[in-house]
Amino acid sequence: MYPFTYHQPDSARKAASVAGKAEDAKFLAGGMTLLPTMKQRLASPANLIDLAKCDDMRGIEIKGRSVTIGAMTRHVDVANSKELQEAIPALADLAGMIGDPAVRNRGTIGGSLANNDPAADYPAAALALGATIVTNKRKIEAEDYFTGLFETALEEGEVITKITFPIPAKAGYEKFRNPASRYAIVGVFVAKKGSEVRVAVTGAGSGGVFRATKIEAALTAKFSSKSLEGVKMPAEGLNSDIHADAEYRAHLITVMAKRATDKAK
Amino acid sequence: MPVVSMTVNGKAVSADVDSRTLLVQYLRENLRLTGTHVGCDTSQCGACVVHVNGDALKSCTALAVALEGADVVTIEGLAKDGKLHPMQEAFRENHGLQCGFCTPGMIMSAVDIVNRKGNKLEEKLIREELEGNICRCTGYHNIVKAIAAGAEGMAGQ
Ligand SMILES: Cc1cc2nc3c(=O)[nH]c(=O)nc-3n(C[C@H](O)[C@H](O)[C@H](O)COP(=O)(O)OP(=O)(O)OC[C@H]3O[C@@H](n4cnc5c(N)ncnc54)[C@H](O)[C@@H]3O)c2cc1C
Ligand code: FES
Ligand code: FES
Repeated sequence: MYPFTYHQPDSARKAASVAGKAEDAKFLAGGMTLLPTMKQRLASPANLIDLAKCDDMRGIEIKGRSVTIGAMTRHVDVANSKELQEAIPALADLAGMIGDPAVRNRGTIGGSLANNDPAADYPAAALALGATIVTNKRKIEAEDYFTGLFETALEEGEVITKITFPIPAKAGYEKFRNPASRYAIVGVFVAKKGSEVRVAVTGAGSGGVFRATKIEAALTAKFSSKSLEGVKMPAEGLNSDIHADAEYRAHLITVMAKRATDKAK
Repeated sequence: MPVVSMTVNGKAVSADVDSRTLLVQYLRENLRLTGTHVGCDTSQCGACVVHVNGDALKSCTALAVALEGADVVTIEGLAKDGKLHPMQEAFRENHGLQCGFCTPGMIMSAVDIVNRKGNKLEEKLIREELEGNICRCTGYHNIVKAIAAGAEGMAGQ
């Protein structure tokens, strides 16, 4: 790891202000992605802004028909939140499926969304639930936020402070794990709100998370895994790698969508 | 260089370290507590698991400076008055190790599982909870047995 200057601001506003002044700065959240990347010298920020002491960026709040989660809320806290297990059980469930206990003790929702790993779990939830990503500068709809592999609409020095999720009528998440890393080979999040059904797929797309419109149409007609019998996803635009080829991933999308629909509550 | 102070295994410690020093380096190189191992150095294997403020974490993936004031427990902190901790004893009894390289991390994760899930542990749960700990000697079968026994042993503590 190359040397850097370490900063530890105690609020989101101060973190943004340090980022505005410091050259070549990066935010540190749980460090579960950034520190390994720095150790491999694939990232070498001159200034590291640790968000761990920003208490205003932590916590889960349910107000009316939406849930707001602070960017620094750890996966373990999302998984164990009693309120969230009531309001959006699929989201708590998803957080409990990330990595392993030590990863969940450090990794955060904001770090995961900022990183936008094409095999990460949270992007699927954010897109299917129609989340709003709130930063120090603006509010970004999930639809406009994910722009490609490890790419987001975030600008230099922009910090995610919280994420707001509208509460759906029903939602479910299922993933086919890579047995070594636990990342999704294919993960599918289904959400029903009123007459609208949104289905987001992670792990499969060569451009990162995307909405499976074919599956959405079938589930909008009737929200049941039976509606997905015979629905074939196209393999175009899906990843092929040593773990699974595009054809297999296409097949898995329908299978995971069925299981997620059966689980949805 | 920043001075970083913590409580490690109940003792106040402090060291002058570079900000890029990882917790595992702080423990092994500054404090000479070499029981905590580095297996992969890429956050996958769990050989480096220690407890920080009650949470299990991978010490190869945490900065020492970020943990100023933290309460840390390592494998060296488990045995009391020359007597093995019940989880260590259970690993010995059940032959829960072969070469022993992964064992400090396995035991720290195991104690954390018991702290969170209680003293009666199903095999399936132990295997799920152990996802972040890898054993190259593939001794999982006896490791799982050892953790179930150690969990019961800890009930008497
Ligand atoms: C062994 C292992 C297994 C894993 N398995 C899974 C899995 O199954 N599913 C999954 O989804 N993920 C998995 N992960 C990734 C994990 O969820 C990470 O925690 C996550 O991707 C990054 O979150 P972090 O809080 O650790 O962020 P960091 O690593 O600290 O930061 C990641 C990036 O986001 C930026 N950033 C962080 N917070 C903010 C913010 N608030 N505003 C703006 N930018 C910010 C940082 O600058 C950095 O570029 C795994 C990781 C490991 C090590
Ligand atoms: S050395 Fe830390 S996880 Fe392998
Ligand atoms: S006993 Fe050798 S690595 Fe586990």
